[in-house]
Amino acid sequence: MSKKIRNMTDSNLLLAITVIVFVLMYVGAIIFQGKGFTKPQTFFNILNANAGLIILACAESLVMITGGIDISVGGMTALVSMSCAVYLDYHNGNVPVSMLIALLIGLAYGLVQGYLVAYLDIQPFIVSLAGMFFARGMTTIVNSDPFNVANESFVALKLARINVPGMGSVNKKGVYVNAYVEIGVIVALLVVILMFMMLRWTKLGRSFYAVGGNRQSALMLGINVKRTKFLSHLICSVLAGIGGYVYFLHVGSGAVTNGQGAEMNAIASSIIGGTMLTGGVGNIIGTLIGVLSLATIQNIVATAGLGEAWWTGITIAGMLCVFLVIQSVLMARKKKLMKK
Amino acid sequence: MIVKNHKPKKIIELIMLLLISGVVLCGCTGSAGNNKEGTDAKNIKREKSSASQPVTIGLSQIGSESDWRMASTESVKAAFSSGAGYNLIFDDAQQKQENQLKAIREFIDQGVDYIILDPIVETGWDSVLSEAKEAGIPVIVYDRRVDVADDSLYACWIGSDFYLEGKRTCMWLSDFFSDRGIDHNINIINIQGTMGATAQIGRSKAIEDAVYHSRNWRLLAQESGEYTTAKGKEVMKKLLAKYGENIDVVYVENDNMAYGVIDAIRESGYVTGADIDKGEILVVSFDATHNGLQLTLDGAIAVDTECNPLYGPRLAEMVEMMEAGEDIEKETYIEEDQFSAVGYIASVNVEDTEYPVTYLTSKIIDERAY
Repeated sequence: MSKKIRNMTDSNLLLAITVIVFVLMYVGAIIFQGKGFTKPQTFFNILNANAGLIILACAESLVMITGGIDISVGGMTALVSMSCAVYLDYHNGNVPVSMLIALLIGLAYGLVQGYLVAYLDIQPFIVSLAGMFFARGMTTIVNSDPFNVANESFVALKLARINVPGMGSVNKKGVYVNAYVEIGVIVALLVVILMFMMLRWTKLGRSFYAVGGNRQSALMLGINVKRTKFLSHLICSVLAGIGGYVYFLHVGSGAVTNGQGAEMNAIASSIIGGTMLTGGVGNIIGTLIGVLSLATIQNIVATAGLGEAWWTGITIAGMLCVFLVIQSVLMARKKKLMKK
Repeated sequence: MIVKNHKPKKIIELIMLLLISGVVLCGCTGSAGNNKEGTDAKNIKREKSSASQPVTIGLSQIGSESDWRMASTESVKAAFSSGAGYNLIFDDAQQKQENQLKAIREFIDQGVDYIILDPIVETGWDSVLSEAKEAGIPVIVYDRRVDVADDSLYACWIGSDFYLEGKRTCMWLSDFFSDRGIDHNINIINIQGTMGATAQIGRSKAIEDAVYHSRNWRLLAQESGEYTTAKGKEVMKKLLAKYGENIDVVYVENDNMAYGVIDAIRESGYVTGADIDKGEILVVSFDATHNGLQLTLDGAIAVDTECNPLYGPRLAEMVEMMEAGEDIEKETYIEEDQFSAVGYIASVNVEDTEYPVTYLTSKIIDERAY
């Protein structure tokens, strides 16, 4: 066991912890909570409701791996969903152009924030804090009243269900209902796979880890640190644009409160998934599991009848603590072993 | 060597400890849900008459933003207590439709028997309600309405007639003015609720219609105070700065905003009261919460039209009827009262129906449940 731990990279060790705890939690839910969690649709609903968050968390992980942070992704979600909603409903827009709007908002954000952080050397926290306020403010300027989008082709896309073959459950009337996922889930999983491959197997991906791990060494290795930082923020914001659209596709409404706290959930998911705030360590698969863990614990709390708002907050806080303690204990353990 | 042999054991111990703590953690949250037994056995179709199986209800509430909403939540919780043979799963959506959609999906996944929904906005419910229908779970909508293309998606709706509430308030105002012989122009400000909410639509329409049909009423401004005291105060301060003593009547769409409005009026150096000819600003409000009625008794609010939050008993009645397989009305209105301590008007007439106005005393306030 000790050998295995010693041979594991930090990222893999943290990933292993996340996966184990998630599986235990889900199994625990099935055992103690009753039949709801055995239904495949329960799991797919968690995916459906959190597809946007998965993408946002991937974006967040990338920036955190590079040693930065981005707290504007939640605000961007609101801005993207409101802009697209207004365009679709008030300007008779069409769906592909609304997607383009989302991407452009992401791109614009990425260029500005990336430039400020990488080339002007401003703290990423400050830059994205300003970005967050700007996004929330802009959202109110675009439109202040919440409304549901009625655009037909958008609603059709929103309601599109992709049946998961071989999975389903029998409802109360005895009719078999096939389990399904929404289109957003496919997009989210694609993002996860692409990000995973990029971080693991490309030169660019490795340089994100190098810059986040140790800036000086990265410089000496001949990595263009500024460019790498810039790219991490650019990719993050573009992904936030996509994530915002996926979120919008799920909720189908434009509202100033959309994506409220999403940046914090994205950061929490990344941490649970084994990404370290100090940079250089992280794994996209872990981030995915992190989002699922967060959503599952919320689901458990809600269905246990603890629907009061503060219960969810307390459980998330508790869970973050547990993960952080486990992580730091095992990391400390590993460091000791390495010295031997 | 000895040291090395020692280490793995410790590591294994440590990991086991962590795993166990993980299981315990899951167990803790899990067992909380397990208290409400019988979720496992719900595959078997429940006998309608058997009292042994609790009826599981999923309740999606908007939030806890106002006294009214909290009273409503308490009433529903009390009606579906475990003592009465119910297992209630309550979810607070914290003012977000997204959370309500998620909660309903969770209720469906957990296979509850009934879903009770107080929708935050009217639109956007088609897909989740058809999922509930697909799963064979009846949905009872209360308080606010849902706007869906196919009304078979929900079993029934119980709620207030907000337009009627507004009408009754406007009738009271018009009776009051004619009683006092006030004939000059009356400048009204309308502090609206959260835009798009059923209550806002009904109450705003009532005052708009009244102004449209009246000879001397004028609507100076309409602005949303989002049903909160803070926002109501902020908006009123702004409007006072703009219109000042031109304001005769403030038509506020809930009590919480009325607290803010009254604060703003007093802080800006004006007086609240029914004597508009002496420069007092007449405030009318809705909901009839405990504090609202106290202000009505003091005369700060001229008339407070009740919006009955005590839905619990009516909802329980509905569920019992559905359990017994009886037919239920698709739409029912809940009975409501109107309170004033400015005692000129005993009743108001709206569309040929007389609605009594209760003369408010402190005894009435003390006897009320909320």
